[in-house]
Amino acid sequence: MRAAIAPLTAGLSSEVEIRIRKRFHNPEGNFLLNVHFRALAGFTILFGASGAGKTTLLDCVAGLTEPDEGRITVGGEIVFDSENKCNIPAWKRNIGYLLQDLALFPHLTAEQNVAYGLRRLRTQEREARSREILMAFGIDSLRDRRPEEISGGERQRVALARALVTKPRALLLDEPLVALDRPTKSLILADLRRWNQDHRVPILFVTHSGEDVFALGEEVVVLDAGKILAQGQPKDVMYAPRVETVAQLSGFENIFDATVVAVNKDRGTMTVRLASGPVTLETPLVRVDPEGPLRVGIRAGDILLATESPRGLSARNIVPGKIQRLEQRDGIVSATTDCEGTHFEVHLTLAARDALELASGKNVWVIIKTHSCHLLAG
Amino acid sequence: MNWEAFWLTVKLATLVSSILFVIGIPIAHWLTSSRWRWKFLVEAVVALPIVLPPTVLGFYVLIALGSRSPLGRWWQSLTGHTLAFTFEGLVIGTLLYSLPFAVQPFAASFAGVDSRLLRASASLGMPPLLTFWRVVLPLSKSGLITGFTLSFAHTLGEFGVVLMVGGNIPGVTRTISIDIYDQVQAANYSSANQTALVLLIISFVLLSLVFGLNRRACAVGPWK
Repeated sequence: MRAAIAPLTAGLSSEVEIRIRKRFHNPEGNFLLNVHFRALAGFTILFGASGAGKTTLLDCVAGLTEPDEGRITVGGEIVFDSENKCNIPAWKRNIGYLLQDLALFPHLTAEQNVAYGLRRLRTQEREARSREILMAFGIDSLRDRRPEEISGGERQRVALARALVTKPRALLLDEPLVALDRPTKSLILADLRRWNQDHRVPILFVTHSGEDVFALGEEVVVLDAGKILAQGQPKDVMYAPRVETVAQLSGFENIFDATVVAVNKDRGTMTVRLASGPVTLETPLVRVDPEGPLRVGIRAGDILLATESPRGLSARNIVPGKIQRLEQRDGIVSATTDCEGTHFEVHLTLAARDALELASGKNVWVIIKTHSCHLLAG
Repeated sequence: MNWEAFWLTVKLATLVSSILFVIGIPIAHWLTSSRWRWKFLVEAVVALPIVLPPTVLGFYVLIALGSRSPLGRWWQSLTGHTLAFTFEGLVIGTLLYSLPFAVQPFAASFAGVDSRLLRASASLGMPPLLTFWRVVLPLSKSGLITGFTLSFAHTLGEFGVVLMVGGNIPGVTRTISIDIYDQVQAANYSSANQTALVLLIISFVLLSLVFGLNRRACAVGPWK
């Protein structure tokens, strides 16, 4: 967590600085959003459980909600400053905002929705620009359809295209991947990455999914009950969480750096070697850059332990190891298992521990299903 | 059937509902978007004609239009005659009387537009008035039609205000409802029945149209 923020460097215009306080409500009660952070060009993930104040924060930046006090600058320009009574209205801020529920205009076609923000352009230019982005997003064929006539994933892309086509100075995305199936998700992520390469503006990306953080994160800000718990690169914040909440939020007790050693197209799997030791795992086949950084996340509750070498099992990953430590927390037992230098955290019930007579130093087999291995692209 | 009275009434209703359409939209917009703390007073004033006896409203309108009021004097200096007992006076009285029947459906449909759409519109650089024009109005079509039709139908059947403000001058201020009253006074029941039936049928058709439209709007979404 950063103790203080260095003064604004001149010339670095494409960044967002947010220092605000704002009371907000959620079903669990009243909270105070009290944050101070900077977001440079590129993705900054705002990560936290529902009700942490993420959407309130975006609303403040967009100008749809007025903070109680503070200051917000976008690209060096002050858009809100309580001391100088400055509050530029949302429609003058030129900040793209993909709302969580999309809010596509139901009476307009996909193309009209996308062209909506281009009112200052001449008709020809407006049509060209919206047609161009519809093509780029692969939704040109839907241009004459209304939101109710297209699928959820398509709506998401229309809404995204609508926010991006105006070439905003900053982009706010509120859970843009929630409720999408995996293939659609990765396509939209690819669109976003591509766009980000061409337009270097700050992108505040709100999510409560740990996977998204690894998929996109250059920088992650962890929010809980209105406060920033941690900020930094995903691998520092999420991999070695200094704050317990972050680990819980990320949902992956086991996160390993890995490299691809084999791709089994016919079986829909691939084999990855963990950086921590000689262990290899079979994982689902996903499109990843084979040279790029790759991480595998495994939930502690998804791992089985056996005290004898198992046979006749469907699980593809069976790794011998030794129990290093057993810890009891509430109703579960957390077993740290050492497999030639790779440490797996495994969660078991008390009854399972007793039935297997687990104890430190006991030889065990760690069993992980292929589909319990989640690939988190770096 | 008194056709002169019939066409006069249709003319009055068309004029009044058209004017109410134009002035009712900004009033309804103000009522739905203003955060003024005394707004409820304006809401109450707009709704008054619903509960007020038409004779009470007609009485005050008559006073306001008369040659002793500033408005009446101003009109007299302009045209040479007072507003009372003229078609113009009738229009003014009926405008007030039918105002809530236009403004309330308008305001209800404006308020029913999802506020998230307004937020999205603002974030796309659209100023509030343009947002109203491009999002709120198109999504309020059924409310606009309801308000127009209700104010039209309501004006058709207006009696008390017309009698107070317009009197009963054939071709100028004698509307069908007054004609029916005249027929009944003259014990001319079959003629009164004929006219009354026409009014009943028109009102029924208009209201069925409104409810039919609103049902369709709910079922398939805003107007294709």
